[in-house]
Amino acid sequence: MKKIIRNIVLILATLIFILYAQNNFDSYTLSILNNIAVFAILALSYNLINGVAGQFSLEPNGFVAIGAYFTAILLIPADTKIDMFALVDPAPIILKMHAQFLPAIIIGGIAASLVALLLSFPVFRVRGDYLAIVTLGFGFIIRIFAINNPAYTNGAMGLNDIPSNANFIWIGTIALITFIVMIHIINSKFGRAMKSVRDDEDAATAMGINTFKMKTYAFMTSAFFEGVGGGLLASMLTTITPDQFSFLLTFQLLIIIVLGGLGSMSGTLIATILVMGGMEWLRFLDENIILFGKDFGAHPGMRMVVFSILLIIMMLFARRGLLGDKEIFDYFKRKS
Amino acid sequence: MSDAILKIDNITMQFGGVTAIKELSFNVQKGQTYGLIGPNGAGKTTIFNIITGNLKPTKGFVFFENKNITGTKPNKVVYKGIARTFQNIRLFKSMTVLENILIGFDAQANYSYFEAIFRLPRFFKREREIKEKAYELMKIFGITEFANTNATALSYGNQRKVEIARALATNPKLLLLDEPAAGMNPKETDELANIIHKIKSDFNLTILLIEHDMKFVNRMCDQLTVLDYGAKIFEGKPADAIVDEKVISAYLGDFSHA
Repeated sequence: MKKIIRNIVLILATLIFILYAQNNFDSYTLSILNNIAVFAILALSYNLINGVAGQFSLEPNGFVAIGAYFTAILLIPADTKIDMFALVDPAPIILKMHAQFLPAIIIGGIAASLVALLLSFPVFRVRGDYLAIVTLGFGFIIRIFAINNPAYTNGAMGLNDIPSNANFIWIGTIALITFIVMIHIINSKFGRAMKSVRDDEDAATAMGINTFKMKTYAFMTSAFFEGVGGGLLASMLTTITPDQFSFLLTFQLLIIIVLGGLGSMSGTLIATILVMGGMEWLRFLDENIILFGKDFGAHPGMRMVVFSILLIIMMLFARRGLLGDKEIFDYFKRKS
Repeated sequence: MSDAILKIDNITMQFGGVTAIKELSFNVQKGQTYGLIGPNGAGKTTIFNIITGNLKPTKGFVFFENKNITGTKPNKVVYKGIARTFQNIRLFKSMTVLENILIGFDAQANYSYFEAIFRLPRFFKREREIKEKAYELMKIFGITEFANTNATALSYGNQRKVEIARALATNPKLLLLDEPAAGMNPKETDELANIIHKIKSDFNLTILLIEHDMKFVNRMCDQLTVLDYGAKIFEGKPADAIVDEKVISAYLGDFSHA
């Protein structure tokens, strides 16, 4: 009972913060918050397949791209599309596709999720390092597909003038929903089964767990929220190109979930704030550095050097990530 | 022989050129505790892996309750009512004792993925039910105090108990125990024997067990099969096995030519 009250208070507090931020913060702060919230959605869902189910996969950039393109195509009005597609005329189906904002991002999520379902059959025939390579290949394929099919995606030029519906109320609330859904999955028989697959796949099978099914559930759920996150990203940036969804995006998400702790959703949230916020807060390092009255000049890129060193230090002191595979509430539980 | 719960019918298992099991047959009657003994590498664990579907035999069949289950997938075999433990304990190392046992109840918690995500009433009802059952099991094994401890933090003997409890959670008719007493001191072995006796009558089980500790085998088993190099060299009562010449020579070497 205490827990239910605590959870309701936490959810209400987050919602109030989101509303307050949207109405009172300046646009620079809001853009940082938006960025953090979108990456939180992506990282939380990535942690389900990589951390909870223990399937080391490297494909989220592909799912994010699918979600982003679907949402963008659904949101952009038909006449804008005709003006925008410079290389070839847009395919008729592209012109016909149109939806409101919320259905658009959900369709983006469902599309990514269905691709994940198809992908799971070949992908989960292999384990470990091999799985990483196979899924990595998928990420490349999606990007190459986007570049080489200008009738659908406008090729390397990408899509722009995407209606900017995604404000912090949308993005923040969906990040909150993602977090709650992930926690609900982890604290159910499905979460336990996914963890058992991660710990010892053969023993899990011997207990009657259908390991393929559990991996596919985790994969599809992860893909759905990555697609939704991609849609939000598209609407937030108002312009997308295939190059945005390169392996670097996956890499950034991987840093976040490893730093936060594989399998820990609250750890992922904290890590997202540290990584995405840290990139912004360290921006002063790229400007002129004046130490003890001496001008050292500006060194663009100094920010990334310091950021990487901080990351190394953090990983040295917290080898299993900031929170290991526990949630932040577990740490409070132990103390009392 | 129609009441044989498990029937191993003329099984041969080859790995490449190596014959691990050669034309092996034996029957386990309902309610029996059946022993499978033999020197290292005799093929005992291979038989377990064949029964649970981890391996498909080169030749021969496995019948469970008069149904052919040869080559059934391991997770489906569990639903038919066969559960196992492993020779080297294989608990889920990131989970607590309670969570480990709850994994065994997975099939009995029949709520859907969406019911879990949206926290619908059936989720709470089923979760409460299986948690109650898990606590009952832990009580039988005397490990209730460790419910929220990480499973791998327990002593060896207690980890064994968790593993057996986890197997029992799947509600089996036949329990396969792979060297349950290995690495235990005499006191722990004694305690384990009592627990196995108790669960056998409480849960109406048939038990097939692999063991090296002959005292334990003598005490537990109604009947046993002795394997050597994948072939059966003896079948009968434990008391007769330890005086059988073939069995002695398999374990200690052949003295007649020495």
